[in-house]
Amino acid sequence: MNIFAKSFYEYRKFFKGLKLYLLLAGPGIIVMIADNDAGGITTYAVTGAQYKYHFLWFLVVLGFIAYFVQEMTVRLGAVTKRGHAEAIFQGFGPFWGWFSLLDLILTDWLTLVTEFIGMTAALSIFHVPPVITVLAVSALMGFMVLQGKYWTWEKIVMGFCALNLIYIPAAFMVNPSVPDVLYNSFVPHLPPGGFTNQIFFLLMANIGTTIAPWMVFFQQSAVVDKNVKEKDIVWGKVDTAIGSFFTIMVAAFCIVVTGTVLYGVPIDSAAQAAIQLMSVNKFLGTLLAIGLFNAGLLGAVCISLASSWAFGEVFGWAHSLNANVREAPWFYAFYFFALLTAGTVVLIPGAPLVLITLFVQVIAVTLLPAALVFLILLLNNDELMGKYKNTLLQNIINVGIVVFIIIVSTLYGLTALFPEIFK
Amino acid sequence: MAGFFIRNVFKDAIESVQEINHKYAKPQIKMTPFVRFALITLRLYLILLVGILFFKFYTLLGK
Repeated sequence: MNIFAKSFYEYRKFFKGLKLYLLLAGPGIIVMIADNDAGGITTYAVTGAQYKYHFLWFLVVLGFIAYFVQEMTVRLGAVTKRGHAEAIFQGFGPFWGWFSLLDLILTDWLTLVTEFIGMTAALSIFHVPPVITVLAVSALMGFMVLQGKYWTWEKIVMGFCALNLIYIPAAFMVNPSVPDVLYNSFVPHLPPGGFTNQIFFLLMANIGTTIAPWMVFFQQSAVVDKNVKEKDIVWGKVDTAIGSFFTIMVAAFCIVVTGTVLYGVPIDSAAQAAIQLMSVNKFLGTLLAIGLFNAGLLGAVCISLASSWAFGEVFGWAHSLNANVREAPWFYAFYFFALLTAGTVVLIPGAPLVLITLFVQVIAVTLLPAALVFLILLLNNDELMGKYKNTLLQNIINVGIVVFIIIVSTLYGLTALFPEIFK
Repeated sequence: MAGFFIRNVFKDAIESVQEINHKYAKPQIKMTPFVRFALITLRLYLILLVGILFFKFYTLLGK
């Protein structure tokens, strides 16, 4: 009897916890899966085509890094009830505040353009004209934010996040060698030929797509908009951990698809990979193209909101998805302005899209170190964080990660500016 | 009419910026030696990065 009572108690406890998690799940999963945006999918497709499964282990490492960085935003948002932009203004004054805000707006807008490039490229495979793609995406994103509830928006986006898992069945369709995939996932090694400049650039690109500045701003603002409380931090951490698991799964399965079917085929974009896959297996190519479109859409949804939230926080405008257009006119005006101008750029004939993609990489390098350094400093502030400040172990891990990311992202930016520098 | 509207928009924007600068004029973070060191290093890093960016555009213009 005692065992039955105990089991029933444990069962009730588990389901109560699960129910609570489902209520609080969202920001962590969304930010992590949206991290696999159009640029990310391109990077993974190229990584697989060039180096097969050899860098799957590196993704596992990146999953942990992404978790540790994003987990800090959960604590900071839940404790301070402020987004990252406002926290920087408050903590470090107007100079660093304006620098971060304006840099974020520029980086986000340029990244938004690259998401539109990815989405139009994906749908052009199905002969959809770019102008229709831009209009349809803008209308869809407009509908998502204008329905007036953060909760509804979040659940719609979670649906798109589920679609991002399309690469998992795609990978099973290509019959990869499972022992090979497992070996390459858990045993760190270099591909035959050793360390080259090309590998260095690709690894940096993988880091650049896994840790992006907008993610820090987005998750902290989402935590605040969702009204996550200090007692819910543990669930926010679980949410972030599940998100980082799925982001790595999606990235790994994408690499498995291109590594199995397109290994050795010279490709330089995910859209090109989808076209190549279509010649092998039409269904597979279609899945990759849909996945690319969805990745661009998820990225666009989160990035445009990250900017609007940050601007609203600093200017003191109403800036919640729970507010309607009348209550938060500037918040929505800014959202649509960024969205429509970024979409329009893609439609301009002869627009310097390659230059914009390159510029994103460089500008992100100026924002990412600053955002991460502020994150660490804020998380070490006794008065601000109280018992939720970084522990010694968290500091050792997080400072190590931040220093590593700063070095690598700087090298990535320099390589983007001067391609010959490490040759 | 349009000129008046634009002038008003700019006037409002400048006032908002001044208000924000005033509101956050005093940083809340305690300036310990570590914080000071981190901020100076960040400033130097960014100056170096912007310098490199300018150098790149200068060489691009020269071509």
